[in-house]
Amino acid sequence: MEHYISLILKAIFVENMALAFFLGMCTFLAISKKIEAAIGLGIAVVVVLTVTVPVNNLLYNTILREGALEWAGLPNVDLSFLGLLTYIGVIAAIVQIMEMVLDKYIPALYAALGVFLPLITVNCAILGASLFMVERDYTFGESLVYGFGAGVGWALAIVALAGIREKLKYSDVPEGLRGLGITFISVGLMSLGFMSFSGISL
Amino acid sequence: MAGASAKQVLFEPIFSNNPIALQILGICSALAVTTSLSVTVVMCLAVIAVTAFSNLAVSLVRTQIPGSIRIIVQMTIIASLVIVVDQILKAYAYEISKQLSVFVGLIITNCIVMGRAEGFAMNNTPWLSFLDGIGNGLGYSVMLLFVAFFRELIGAGSLFGFTLLPTVNEGGWYVPNGLLLLPPSAFFIIGLAIWGLRAWKPEQVEEPDFKMSRHKVKEAF
Repeated sequence: MEHYISLILKAIFVENMALAFFLGMCTFLAISKKIEAAIGLGIAVVVVLTVTVPVNNLLYNTILREGALEWAGLPNVDLSFLGLLTYIGVIAAIVQIMEMVLDKYIPALYAALGVFLPLITVNCAILGASLFMVERDYTFGESLVYGFGAGVGWALAIVALAGIREKLKYSDVPEGLRGLGITFISVGLMSLGFMSFSGISL
Repeated sequence: MAGASAKQVLFEPIFSNNPIALQILGICSALAVTTSLSVTVVMCLAVIAVTAFSNLAVSLVRTQIPGSIRIIVQMTIIASLVIVVDQILKAYAYEISKQLSVFVGLIITNCIVMGRAEGFAMNNTPWLSFLDGIGNGLGYSVMLLFVAFFRELIGAGSLFGFTLLPTVNEGGWYVPNGLLLLPPSAFFIIGLAIWGLRAWKPEQVEEPDFKMSRHKVKEAF
């Protein structure tokens, strides 16, 4: 249990997807002008990450990894080069399925997430989490926890940035720095803040 | 952009319409690989190759793709190209591919590739699309190399791994600034680079949401 708590803390704070690995930056910068939108996107990312990372973990361990096809009588097959294609396919498919399921059964949540769900397919944080999962050889349980933690970390970062930007638009910024430039610098400062978490472990 | 000349398509994205500074594309996987120049160069080459060839491929089949499944088709083309690049890197530059770790795979979701395939290659001829891919790849590379240059020079006192400023640890005089090797510095450098670029090309400056109103009370003058 302690191992999982340590993993989740690490995923949220120390190895924050957005601020330490720069993942999901495009949507991070584009959709962080309003807090409501940021919260919607954040929740969507948490949900999608919590589902896709474990699913990709299962696929990797039962089909793609070297020698994983032994149960099918093919012990020498190594399909790991197909990984990238599989993960992105799985992500696209799951996002699509989630959209349909939510539309049918939880319309309120579907309406809240709105346009953000399809956008998530091309969010690097999602694919990045799956790739990190493979690289670090997580087990199924670990991948579930890691997916959730990474999502929460990302959501936290985007909501915080949206809060800052809502105040920032009233400030008198030098001309060339307006908009994107000052946003980058505030993200840098946030990232500096998050670095104080490094070294924390249970 | 129908009728744009080849030269325009190739060079416009480098400064006037830079994918990172203006279109906010492709920042995702970019910043983490800029701590040393040699790794950055490899990453840039990979991105240029993928953008150019995915644009070419998408443009070649653009009339055959049904609109409703075009995103999946583009994804598949891009993912296949990235797999090729990844395998080549693993075969010929194993050390560097280890350092790039997951970021080669992340070229798939790099918004530059998708954005250009969707925004340009879908309605232009193959040759122009190919050039557009190279141009946008170059625009991305210019920004990345700029960031990597400062990060490696100031953070480690070297360029391409060759020592230029001998550091204190090795008996020299230069005290390296470790902050430049950490993630926040990349944000600062890009922010400042955007400032510089916009000071040079003022038409890229964004409109403010709110302006300071003029003083209306007489005593204030």
